[in-house]
Amino acid sequence: METSSHDILLIGGGGAGLRAAIAIAEADPKIDIAMVSKVYPMRSHTVSAEGGAAGVAGKDDTLDEHCYDTISGSDWLGDQDAIEAFVSEVPGELLRLEHWGCPWSREPDGRIAVRPFGGMRKMRTWFAADKTGFHMLHTLFQTSLKYTSIVRYDETFATRLLVEDGAVRGVVAIELRTGRIRMITAKAIIICTGGCGRVFPFTTNANICTGDGMALAYRAGAPLKDMEMVQYHPTGLPFTGILITEAARAEGGWLLNKDGYRFLQDYDLGKPTPTPVFRSMELGPRDRVSQAIFGEFEKDRGFHGPYGDYVHLDLRHLGEHKIESRLPMVRELCLKYENIDPVRQPIPVRPVQHYMMGGVHTDIHGATPLRGLFSAGESACVSINGSNRLGSNSLGELLVFGARAGKSAAEYVANSGRRDNHARLLAQAAEEERQIEENYLRKTDGKERIAKLREEMQKTMESGCGIYRERASLVASANKLRELQERARHLAMEDHSRTFNTQLTSALELGFMLDVAETIVHCALNREESRGAHQRRDFPKRDDQKYLAHSLVSRSAEGPPRVEYLPVVITRWPPGERIYGREH
Amino acid sequence: MADTIILEIARFHPEGDAEPAFQSYEVPLRSDWMVLDALTYIKDQLDGSLAFRWSCRMGICGSCGMMVNGVPKLTCETLLTNFAPGPVRIAPLEHFPVVKDLVIEMDGFLGKLQKVRPWIVRKDGRLPEREFIQTPAELETFKQYSLCINCMLCYAACPVYGLDPSFTGPAALALAERYNLDSRDQGATERTDVLSQHDGIWDCTVVGECSVVCPKHVDPSLAIQQYKLTATKEWFKTWLLPWGNK
Amino acid sequence: MPQYSQFQPKPYERPMSPFWYFDRWPYLKFILRESSSFFVAYFAVVILIHICAISSGPSSYAAFSAWMRTPTMITVNLIAFVFVVFHTVTWFMLVPRVMVRQVMGRSLPEMAAAAPNYAVWAVLSIAVALFALRVI
Repeated sequence: METSSHDILLIGGGGAGLRAAIAIAEADPKIDIAMVSKVYPMRSHTVSAEGGAAGVAGKDDTLDEHCYDTISGSDWLGDQDAIEAFVSEVPGELLRLEHWGCPWSREPDGRIAVRPFGGMRKMRTWFAADKTGFHMLHTLFQTSLKYTSIVRYDETFATRLLVEDGAVRGVVAIELRTGRIRMITAKAIIICTGGCGRVFPFTTNANICTGDGMALAYRAGAPLKDMEMVQYHPTGLPFTGILITEAARAEGGWLLNKDGYRFLQDYDLGKPTPTPVFRSMELGPRDRVSQAIFGEFEKDRGFHGPYGDYVHLDLRHLGEHKIESRLPMVRELCLKYENIDPVRQPIPVRPVQHYMMGGVHTDIHGATPLRGLFSAGESACVSINGSNRLGSNSLGELLVFGARAGKSAAEYVANSGRRDNHARLLAQAAEEERQIEENYLRKTDGKERIAKLREEMQKTMESGCGIYRERASLVASANKLRELQERARHLAMEDHSRTFNTQLTSALELGFMLDVAETIVHCALNREESRGAHQRRDFPKRDDQKYLAHSLVSRSAEGPPRVEYLPVVITRWPPGERIYGREH
Repeated sequence: MADTIILEIARFHPEGDAEPAFQSYEVPLRSDWMVLDALTYIKDQLDGSLAFRWSCRMGICGSCGMMVNGVPKLTCETLLTNFAPGPVRIAPLEHFPVVKDLVIEMDGFLGKLQKVRPWIVRKDGRLPEREFIQTPAELETFKQYSLCINCMLCYAACPVYGLDPSFTGPAALALAERYNLDSRDQGATERTDVLSQHDGIWDCTVVGECSVVCPKHVDPSLAIQQYKLTATKEWFKTWLLPWGNK
Repeated sequence: MPQYSQFQPKPYERPMSPFWYFDRWPYLKFILRESSSFFVAYFAVVILIHICAISSGPSSYAAFSAWMRTPTMITVNLIAFVFVVFHTVTWFMLVPRVMVRQVMGRSLPEMAAAAPNYAVWAVLSIAVALFALRVI
């Protein structure tokens, strides 16, 4: 088997992965860095983020206010030490990106412009037109090309983490171009593989967001955290799920039901005003706005369409000039995918899955309990987002925790001298290769179509574990997922070739998704309260007595995953009521 | 309008095939489907061995470029009904070697991206305490060229690149010009060699098809011609004012 | 023919056909545009021969005029004229494609940059034609 060895291995080449790689290369140019990604880095899903990245910039804004907005936005499930570190480091990171060439939008005087965003009390969201993630990713990728200590393994699909003696030692991966299965060993591994939105049927996420890193960590014995916290973005297009950025609402867009009524005022989100007011109405946090839209569907006040119900996002009153200069991509997407011009017609939107607050459990330095394993970005859960993430906090999170995880990993390898047992790792890798060949490449008697199992998984996740959950539906989903995992052992494989076998990768991704889906359902089942994005019809109140804690889910040898609780870190903001649209 | 359409797709499995051949598939003709939806339908329901790249399905990641009836397109933004009644020919991006089915090899392109030094170069090593001041007008000078999603449709449309794969090509040259024009960059002289050499801007004969097919309206042809003017001016300066060299 | 050995697939190269420009009209238009420079050069040569003929006296000029009136030369010159007009039209059409057309942050439509060139060309051509036809 082909093997190679590096000091630090990154799995995932998006915003967090690239930032971590650059951080390591700058900390110590002698560290040998490998970046394994199943796609070329500029294809990573960071590229589709639109709205912006929040960082305290103005003289009238303070770090404490950004903290409070984030903490209350998270419904007090965010760890306050992590949030304090995050808000203090993010302005520096955004500035560093500016120095690296990121084309932030500017005020007329040449200074960086900021815009308002949902759930934030002040304007602090930096933006690059409405393609912030695109510009950030390309800036990071192009800057990373400067560092010769970063070796890239593009289109290399990691299938398994190698663990030996209680520490992570390497990875088994398929080189897509040749089909060769190889082993890459490293002293530290950082998982930056993003979210798992493809577990749900309607998602803003790309095809590649299948929770690979979360599943890899989970299978290796690292716990996942807060997996039940699934963010729905209020405004996605009905068929494709394509994201219509929150910036459209921040610039003044209105949400209307079928009677043309701004219904958010009925859901304790404030009173309608002609121009946006911070933390009120359409600038409320994503969980509350999504739940409000869902409420309208239940009252039969939404429009009915071929792909389900929807409401209207009305931008017409903003005028063509504002839309063209601040929201050009929104206009482009609506014209292309819905044949609608937002300047003249309202946009059909519905809540779609968008982001995973949950992920691989890490501390505030990006380290997991499994020695040598780190994680950053959407695949990790530190947690700064708690039970609901505020828009424009995740791009900053990639930078802050990407850098932190990179530096932690660099320190870890500087202090770790242990040689790994190459022979034992090779044996594990050889076993993994044998299993892939037996279960997929050489399998000819399977009957289950990958797409069918995927659709059934998505359907049960939407119906049993959607925006509103209850015990019976969650148990049904858990059982269905078990059935699907069994059926996934008999997949019908048509492609037995080695070269660029995307049916093989789809099958492996299905396996990852089923594991991740199971953790989501079990965490949701065990949390008997409603908080942020996790809403239980049978337990509609927030319960700080029992659940001011993170769910930690670990794999068990037999039976369902094990869920435990880890108390939230509270520093200066004792739990309070989440108020939107009513205070100053 | 009929309710199905035929797709003729170029297939090539290097482990068994000597060369590509077209295979036909009949798919539903839905009014809101893009060509990519038809391809994923084929992969999911009809033939799981079909290999193609795709990810974001919203025209921003650049993965899904293919030849659709002989024209390079992003299949995630190309409406299927535009080709009714069909059949529609789908082939891998022109001018690139084919790895399998609709997947092309793009190592050469990545090498070119690296070659043009696409990062901010600071000669004086000094960074401002806060941000570089950059007015909206200064941002406008290079903003268009920064929109490239690296989809390589421009390379598929460029006959110069097709005839000579060592040509640096539209996207890479536009990216170099993007950094040259960025008010924060001081690396123009570092990029001169790469741009002005034989495989650089002077290979371009202004066919202009790159800008026509670009899905993001980057206009790489304009970037190249703009740089030709800059390079010529610089060349005259070195001859007429040799003492003015930095 | 690519030979496959395990884990070493050979990518398939598709060489361009020597008649690639017949595949699509934009390519053919490009080749015609480039070829038209040949006809511009041809007219330059004809003008040189013309000047030579004039400066060599009335009999050589008469011979030149007679040669230009033969059906062959008229046909050749007509074809060349068509190409030269095509050359000029496509040349000016390139002007907006090679210059940055931003005024006060908004980009001008292509014709705004091309139109002045066509206008000057038209005026000059008409002036020269009137002069040649002894109207002015």
